Formats: sequence, structure tokens, C-alpha cells
Amino acid sequence: MIPVGFDYVAPQSLEDAIGALAEGGEEAKLLAGGHSLLPLMKLRLAAPTLLVDLRRVPGLTGIERQNGVFRIRAMTTHHQVATGGLGLASEAAATIADQQVRNRGTIGGSLAHGDTAADMPAVLLAYEGDVAARGPSGERTIPAAELFEDYLTTALAPDEVLTEVRLPSMDGYGFGYQKFNRRREDWAMVGACALVKKAPDGSCEDVRIGLTHMGSIPLRASAAEDALRGRGLDSDAIAGAAEQAAEGTGPPGDLNATPEYKRHLARVLCRRALEEAAGRA
Amino acid sequence: MGVPGVEAAERAEPGGNGYVGRSLKRKEDPRLITGRAAYVDDMTLPRMLYAAIVRSPEAHARIVSIDTTAAREQPGVEAVFTGEDLTDLAAPCPMVWSPPGVEVHVPDHWPLARDKVGYVGQPVAVVLGHDKYGVVDAAEQVIVEYDPLPVVVDPESALEEGAPIIHDEFGTNKVFEWSLSGGDVEGAFRDADVVIERRVVNHRTAGAAIEPRGVLAEWRHGKLTLWTSTQIPHICRVILSIQLGLDEHNIRVVAPDVGGGFGSKLQVYGEEVLACWCARKLGRPVKWTATRSEEMATTHHGRDQIDYVRIGAKRDGTVTGIHAKIIQDCGAYHLIEGPVIPTFSACVMGGCYKFDAIQTDIVGVFTNKFTTDAIRGAGRPEATHMIELTMDELAAELDMDPLELRRKNFIDEFPSERPHGFIYDSGDYHGTLDRCLEMLDLEAFRREQAELRERGIYRGVGFSTYVEICGLGPSRALGPEGWGMQGGYFESAHVRVHPTGSITVYTGTSPHGQGHETGFAQIVADRLGVTPDAVDLIYGDTHTGPFGKNTYGSRSLAVGGEAIARAAEKVQDKAKRIVAHQLEAAPEDIELVGGRFQVRGSPDKAMTLAQVAGEAYIPADLPEGMEAGLDETCFYDPSNFVWPFGAHACISEVDVETGRVDVVRYIAVDDCGPAINPLLIDGQIHGGIVHALGQALYEQVVYDADGQLVTGTLVDYALPSAADVPNFDTDRTETPTPTNTLGVKGVGEAATIACSPAVVGSVLDALRPLGVTELNMPLTPMRVWQAIQEAEGRGGGPAETEQGRELGEQGGGAAGSGPTAPPEGGAS
Repeated sequence: MIPVGFDYVAPQSLEDAIGALAEGGEEAKLLAGGHSLLPLMKLRLAAPTLLVDLRRVPGLTGIERQNGVFRIRAMTTHHQVATGGLGLASEAAATIADQQVRNRGTIGGSLAHGDTAADMPAVLLAYEGDVAARGPSGERTIPAAELFEDYLTTALAPDEVLTEVRLPSMDGYGFGYQKFNRRREDWAMVGACALVKKAPDGSCEDVRIGLTHMGSIPLRASAAEDALRGRGLDSDAIAGAAEQAAEGTGPPGDLNATPEYKRHLARVLCRRALEEAAGRA
Repeated sequence: MGVPGVEAAERAEPGGNGYVGRSLKRKEDPRLITGRAAYVDDMTLPRMLYAAIVRSPEAHARIVSIDTTAAREQPGVEAVFTGEDLTDLAAPCPMVWSPPGVEVHVPDHWPLARDKVGYVGQPVAVVLGHDKYGVVDAAEQVIVEYDPLPVVVDPESALEEGAPIIHDEFGTNKVFEWSLSGGDVEGAFRDADVVIERRVVNHRTAGAAIEPRGVLAEWRHGKLTLWTSTQIPHICRVILSIQLGLDEHNIRVVAPDVGGGFGSKLQVYGEEVLACWCARKLGRPVKWTATRSEEMATTHHGRDQIDYVRIGAKRDGTVTGIHAKIIQDCGAYHLIEGPVIPTFSACVMGGCYKFDAIQTDIVGVFTNKFTTDAIRGAGRPEATHMIELTMDELAAELDMDPLELRRKNFIDEFPSERPHGFIYDSGDYHGTLDRCLEMLDLEAFRREQAELRERGIYRGVGFSTYVEICGLGPSRALGPEGWGMQGGYFESAHVRVHPTGSITVYTGTSPHGQGHETGFAQIVADRLGVTPDAVDLIYGDTHTGPFGKNTYGSRSLAVGGEAIARAAEKVQDKAKRIVAHQLEAAPEDIELVGGRFQVRGSPDKAMTLAQVAGEAYIPADLPEGMEAGLDETCFYDPSNFVWPFGAHACISEVDVETGRVDVVRYIAVDDCGPAINPLLIDGQIHGGIVHALGQALYEQVVYDADGQLVTGTLVDYALPSAADVPNFDTDRTETPTPTNTLGVKGVGEAATIACSPAVVGSVLDALRPLGVTELNMPLTPMRVWQAIQEAEGRGGGPAETEQGRELGEQGGGAAGSGPTAPPEGGAS
């Protein structure tokens, strides 16, 4: 529980933070809530030489709705997201770890960490949202589908700061969130989130399903989505679609779950999330 | 405040006689829950050095070489020592169980490894320096070359021909073999109409105290002081004396505030003697605090038995005999008493039933894992677990109600001499079960259960009716000529009334969270006519009070509290004689009422304790021949163990699609004799249930086939939090023991001993319609799901071995992701 030595700066502007990152090189890391990075450092599994703390950078917290999009600034805490009235994103954020972690951990930090077992990455994917990233050469937008590259690896450059998360408001969609873990505070063994829009005739106009911890990155259950889109939203149709939830996934096995069990869980959780979402749509 | 029936100590009525039995709030809590306690790691001494320990990454290997050059050159490093430097220790780490006529293999176990290592985490070198961070960096610079040897982690494999031998000098991995039996066991099974056999794996768990181990050793003017996070400061001093070759009067051991132990600090660890040795060698104070990772890997584990149990019975449900074969995984080395733990299973192998024949055969085994030793319940949870689940199976086989089967066989006359030589002191097994069922309303549950099943919801109820042995213990039974523990098991107490009438009590017990300061004060207050606030408790310091035997085995109240009561009564007797002398009455006519020593029949003639103390310390007019002072000591050695008992019921719901188990309701009715403070009992029952619920559903120490610890953090070792456990419905009955004057039994381990079969039984009851009749703990969702799949003939995916788990395709150890996942790129 004793980290390797490191330098620490807490710049007062985004420009200074980016500058510090660029100067610090590959071994510099941004510090947001610290609830993923600091445990890794204490276990000496991560040993950054420089931490650039974002806590003094102005304008990095808060949620506002503009033109049908929720703009969530990167340092907004999980607790703020959970209580922000964002539907699926709020419901998912409310399940992250425990209250103390939700009071410190941030949505930007979680997405930038890119943990396939974390809640928010699959949620971002289901929303088809995007993130804003600022680096030395300016700002760019990274769509959710391009953000996650591999275990704990994202498309963010080492000198880029994730500044904002943008989620479409998904008006008219019902949502469901099913997280399966052993203890309340654990990462998801498997998670499934669903967004469902009903057509006037009650059929499924649109559906999005995000899967947590079913591969090296968060995944969409595309086969299940395709099976449901345009069909009825009765239990049989949902169950039939959910049977395809694990297609194309490559879940990592661990102490608590074999890949086979995880695929089974994905099917069950997907069905439950869809039922929940359809019920709310 | 706000809790019905709970009184603030300061608001209690003054006057004594009547504090016992009340739910007074804990005197120690303001300090403990506002961050004002002082733990070892809070302490700093001038010129103090920090220690970091280099530990083996290999489970079994010869040490080829250790190069400490680079580490010594690190900034701030004062010294680096290896096993070769410690050759002046007078003795290796001792193991104190040596039963008459039984060969127990005890390998030399040094604080730093010599020549070879036997488990991952074994200390190989120690780095000392000025900076807590610097020594950890320097420890990474110690280069150890290992020559790996074949590893064995499964105890049954370790006993097989051709298994890698961990200690060559013994030529076998068998540690010992011994049996406790009584009655005609062979006849019992021959006469049985039905025999139920089960193989029960009682997996390895951790104590997981919130405060990790820590030590601070100081050597000054030829005297040693060790502050250590321990349950057993006095025993630690004896062992330090032996290992360091120092007289006991030159050693002081202090257990300051200790943040939990659960048995894991009923230990003297190598790091304790190592810190002392380093402090003496360098002439400077030395501090070492375990990280959580070190705590998980090298603070002793518990359980880890494989049990083969057989119960014989007549068709009418009359049990005839029980036989258990226990294979105890001892790990690679012993600490102070690991091998004796399964003997505690043997003590209660008859449960609360009239078995006429009881036999327990125990085999201890070395494996390339860390040591097992006492963890809350220590052998007794394992016994209860196998007995109760086998009784349920017997009921199913006989098509009998499982509670009817239990009631038919309950022991109902006390004291009861059992065939294996123990005498159950007192009990009312029907009484606790009656109360449990009143609270439960079983009929209503069975109706609800049937209705829910119609809707595909699977709920079940499980029961555990238990008896346990505690209050360790009668020295004659436990000691060298009995079970072979090389020690006595009395407890000491010293009650000192000060000149103005307030009281200091010295106890040989060593509390670490239980509430002794409150409960013991209640006992003394009643006997001396003061409020509990006027009574202060001193403990955990070998330089104060008499030699004690410390805290474990639910002994603090039944042995330590009794010693205090007896010492207080000696003081009371002397006070009465002083009062009688002053008031010109006979001592036998003095009674203590409402805080006053008064003459029977003349309540206006009275003295307070303060007035009595004044006479005792200004001894101008004491009775002829009486010594001054008001100050008494008692060494109490009990004549028998005490045998708490009770009935627990658990209702759980199983999500049969996922295998997830949720405990819906938990009822505990326990009998530990008359309550001193019901609030403290509830605290112990709540904690005890959570401890066993943790084992039943969540917690497991897992080593892979290479002997690597997979559950090295609290991410992977699934300790439940408050959010994961239900509320508990608790109640008590009070059946006094004749063994001590308080009538009390122990309660610190009772609920842990009771709980796990109720939980597993509830899941089996829920799943019996699906054909699931056997489940080993922990009931992880996957394990339950696999059992359902297998019962339904679908197979549940790749099998797992109990030791050396097969992991999934990725083979990673992480449960979820998080701290044990490799960090790779990406901003955080």
C-alpha cells in the first residue's frame, strides 16, 4: 500500500494541465477522483512519475442540457450523475461501488480509465454518446464506439484531457440497467443496459444494448438489438432477442465466473434489462 | 440514544446492585468511533527506523542466493538482514501443542527463511531505514535467486505417494494423526438402519481484521518494549523471552488499542520477534506495519478442512453414532497452535445430540500455503457445519421433518457426560428452538414458500441447532497432560479500590473490540456499590497487573470476568469487615444495598465504598490483624469448559436463473447464560453471523495450482459489507452454567459456529425440488448455478478443483477488474 515516488502538480487551467502532461511524457497521468489510479499505484501495479491533478482546473464540473444533449463536464462525480436526472446514466452511476467512491469518483476519470468492468463505458456506448478531448493541438470529439480500444486502453492520447461527456437525452426511450455482482460494491461480473423506444403501434422502433465486462472493451449486443428492432416487445420476442446477447463477445474468465457462465448471465441480464426498458418506454 | 432498552452509562442510576443485565452503551466507543484510539501504527519514537520485508514470490523453492548490495546502497537504508544474520536467535518460532504420545512434525520456522521457502509471502529479508517509503523501494532492490521446487497445494494430493515433500526431514507431508473417540463406534454403525455419508469441504478463510498487524520494538538500557497489535501480550512475552534468550522482567509487551483480531492476532508472528531482534541489533526503535496485501498473504488463515462425515441412525430417527475424518490443511509451517484447531472440531462432533458413539480421526497436512490457525470458532464451525447438514440429509433420507429429527435426539438432561469424555454443563436445546420457531412462524413460511414456487421464486429455510465449547479452559484438561497445550488456561484479575473510592481493575484478558471496559465495569460496580463510570479497566500491558492468559476461545467473560467477580468479592468481603468494625456489627450482617454497605435491619447505619476506602488507606482503626489497603487479586482456573448453544434459522431466496443467493431473513436465538450486557451480546451475535455468512456466501482464500495467492486484496477476497447482509432478529434464553458464579458462557464465537449450515441449508431447502442436495461453500452464484445445471442434467461448465482453482480462459485472478488488473496505457 506504499506507492513508488512521484511528482505532483495541480495546475489552475486546462492549458497548464495539458502542458504539464505533454512535458511529463508517457509516464505522466491525470488525476481526477483517483479511485482507480491510486489503488493501482498503492499496489505498485502503476508507477506514474507525475500526477497532474485536475481539481483546481475551473469549469470541469456540472451537467447542462443543450439541444437535446446532456453535456456532463468530466470532473462531475458519480454522485452528481446519479442524482442528475439522466435516466439510464443516473441509474447506472448510482450502482458504482459505494457512496464514498461515488462522492470522489468522476465520470471522466472512469471513461478515461477504460475499464471494461466499470459501469459507465457500456452506458456511453448504448447512448451512442461521445466525449470531448483537448490536447496541445486543440479539441476533438471521440465517438463512444471509437473510445475504447483494449483492456484499460482508450483512444485518448497521453497528452489529451477528456473534458466533457455528451449523452443524447434519449427522450421517449425507456431504459433498464442490470448489474450482476457478488457484493453491492463490486465491479460488475456482467452488466447489461438497454434503451428501448416504442413505435406508436407498440413495436420496437429502436433498441440499444450495452454489455459490461463481456470482452476487453464494453460491447453492444448488436445481434440481440437486430433481432428486436422492428418487432413486437412482448416477452417472447424479448426473450428470443436476449438469447443472442452473448454473440460476438469474448468475456474474460476470472475467479468468480467462467466465460460460459458470463455468456449465460449476459443473456439473462439482457432479457431483464429489455423487459425493464420496454416497461418504461 | 434512540435504541430501545439501551442506556447511557452516565445516565444509569447510581448505587450499584443492578448494573449487570443492562444494555449500557460501551464506554470505549467514543474513543474508538471518533478516531481517537491509538493503534501501533499511530506511535512514533525518536530515531525510529521503518522495516520493509522482502517476501518470497515462490511457493516452494530453494534459496540459491540473496544479494542485498543494491538495497544497502539505497538512500536512507540503515541495514538489510537475511536469515543468515539471525543465527543468534535462541529458538525458532514455537508451536505449543504437543499431546502426550502423539508425534507432531514441527519444522524449524525462523522469522527469515533459511535455505528454502515453503509459501508465497514467506519473509526472506528485512530492510531497515529512515523512511517508510524508502525501505519499500529498497526492498525491491534485494535480489533473491530461487531454484523452484514442485508445489503441492491440495492436502489430499499432498498425502499421496509421490507428492512433493515440503520438509525433507520428515519424509512425509503428514503433520500428525490422532483420534478422539468414545463409545462403541463400530457397533453404532453396525446397528444403524441408515448411514448418511458426506464429503464436506470447509474452505480456507481469512480473519480480515480492519487493523492490519503492526509492531514497534524499542531496546533501551537492556530492556525491550514491544508494542504489538495482538490478542495475547502475555503469551507473546513468554515466547519473546524464549526466542531472544531474555528474562521476562526485561521484556514489556503492550497491546494498545487493537482493531479487531478474530483469532488472527491470537498469534506470535515472526515479524514480532524480528522487530525486537532488529531493535536490539541496531539500538534503535523499529516499526513495521503490514500492508493489506501482506495481511491477506501472511496473517494466519482459518478453516481449510476436508471432512468425511458419517451419521448412523435407526429408522425411527434415533441417531446411533457419528464418525468424522478431518483432513486439516496446516500450510507449510506452524505458528503457535495451528495443528490443535481440528481438535476443537472433535470436542463438539456430537453436536447437541445423544450420540452414544463419537469418533473423530484427524490428519494434519503440510501444503505450500500459508499457515492455518485459530479463526473465530476455530474448528467448531467446521463441526457444526458437517453435523447439521448431515442431519438434514438424514431427515430427507428418513422422510422425516428435520426439526423433528433434531428434537428426537436433543440431549435434555444436564450435566450430560458425552461418550468422548466431555461434560456438557447445562442446556435447554428445545427452549432455544421453540423461541426461534415462534419468531419464524414456520407454517406461514411453508405456505409462502409453496405459493412463491408456483411463481418460479425459490425460497428455502435452513436451521442450525448447535452447541459449542468455550471458556478456555480448565488447565488440567487443556494442559500438557491433557490435550497437550503447553500452558495454563486460568485468568487473572486484580481489583484496586483507590483511597477516595474509585476503582481500577487489571485483567489478564486482552480485549480488541469486545466491550470489556463496559461489561467488566458492570460486574465490579454491582459488587462494590459504585457506578460503572467509577470503574476503569487496565489491560494489554505486561507491566501492569498479574500474568494473564489473554483473549481467545470466548474466554474473556467466562474465565476473565469470573476472575474479576471473585477478586471484587474478596474486596467486598474485606469492605464488609471494615464496615462491621466501624459500625459495631457482625460482618455477616453487612449488606450492600443501593451503593451503601449497611447493617441489616438498620439501613441508616451505613458506609459508602469511599468511606470504607478512607478507613483502609488511613488505617488508624482497622479490625485487629487486618492489613491496610483495599486491593485484591484472583487467579481463576475453571473446573470445566462452558457450553453455549442455540438455534438459528435462515431464509434465503435463490435466483435460479443466475444462482444468486439473497438472505431474506435471519433469526438467532442464543443462550450464553445470564446476560451481563445484552447490547454487547447482540454486537457479538451480529458480528458472528456476518463472519459465517461471509464464509457461506462470499469469502474464500484461493491459491492457484502454483501456490500463488489469487485473493490477495479485498477486491478478490469478498468480505461482505453492511450493504450485503440482512437485518438480524435476535433473542436469548438464559440457562446458567454451574461452572462459574456468574453463570455465564462465552458468546464471541457462538454465532459464527452456528450460522453457516443454516445458510447452506436454506439454499438446499430452496433447491431441493430441482434435485440439488449438496453444496460446498462459498455459495457463489456460479457454484449454485452449476449445481442447478448439474441437477437438471445440463452440466454446468468446466469443473473447478477446490485447491488450485482452474481459472477461466484468460486465467486472470481479478474478480471484476480494478486494482489487480494490469495497468496498460490510457489516461486515468
